[in-house]
Amino acid sequence: MIMAKIYVNGDAQEVNLPLNVSELIKQLLVEDPEMVSVQVNEEFAEREDWDSIQIKEGDKVDFLYFMGGGNLSIDH
Amino acid sequence: MIELTEEQIQRYSRHILLQDVGVEGQEKIMNARVLVVGAGGLGAPVALYLAAAGIGTIGIVDADVVDLSNLQRQVIHFTKDVGVPKVKSAEEKIKAINPDVKVETYYKFLDSSNALDIIKEYDFIVDGTDNFPVKFLINDACVMAGKPFSHGGILRFNGQTFTHLPGTACYRCMFKEPPPVGAVPTCSQAGVLGAIAGMLGTIQAAETLKYFTGIGELLTNRLLTFDAKTMQFRTVPVRHRDSCAICGTNPTIDHLIDYEQAACDLKH
Repeated sequence: MIMAKIYVNGDAQEVNLPLNVSELIKQLLVEDPEMVSVQVNEEFAEREDWDSIQIKEGDKVDFLYFMGGGNLSIDH
Repeated sequence: MIELTEEQIQRYSRHILLQDVGVEGQEKIMNARVLVVGAGGLGAPVALYLAAAGIGTIGIVDADVVDLSNLQRQVIHFTKDVGVPKVKSAEEKIKAINPDVKVETYYKFLDSSNALDIIKEYDFIVDGTDNFPVKFLINDACVMAGKPFSHGGILRFNGQTFTHLPGTACYRCMFKEPPPVGAVPTCSQAGVLGAIAGMLGTIQAAETLKYFTGIGELLTNRLLTFDAKTMQFRTVPVRHRDSCAICGTNPTIDHLIDYEQAACDLKH
């Protein structure tokens, strides 16, 4: 197994390769994958490509979370 | 250009003393027209600081009335305002802080039928809304109308914001489309620490003032996120996406969309 150092939301982290974006999301226990948008090396990663994008040594992966306004339509 | 009165010179003296603002910058602020969409957790601090700063005209869109559960974070509304339309309550406070400010109120929901007409009247738009359908609507309408805007979102102990200028990354460049309705956290999971709204809203107000005075670097092509639990702030570089459905090379969206909204009602 190959170890690789990657950066998740700016923090260095060791992972085992091979690893695709979907598997990384599972490993990191991202609470609600439908509520994140993923960038790999500052490039937007299409959701349908998450299975095929392979993580490499030194990759920067950013999870952007959907955030509303704190009271989701309570008054509507 | 506006001639500042003695009283205005005194009122805005702490702006005028700033070399980057000065009388000239203050005059730009006083000529500005800003639309604040949502007079809630984010819109409240935004409207208060923009009023204090002397923004010439502030438009406010909100279809709600003040609810007791709003007062924990929506600091422009007071206990006596419960039951009053938020736009009326906000207008009253803005006028009390600064009678120089002209207030235009829209007691309605922003939707695909009115968004472009309302937005086109303003120089800068602040998204202070609480739901994804309207956030995408504001994004799309601003891109179509070529208007700059500030995006803001908060959840629990986190906040995020970016500023869009024509040509820079838009909300769809980062998030493509709204999350599936069923994936949106339910109300019981979606609380927010009140002060977070103030932290994020004041960043949006500062970006607005930076835009009009031309000071520094705006939060364009960067998403600022923070976690108040650790007080870690981070800016994530984001890029304008050529394949973006609204601002890309071959946009596929040619009209505004009213997305379905996650239903949630804590009152019943």
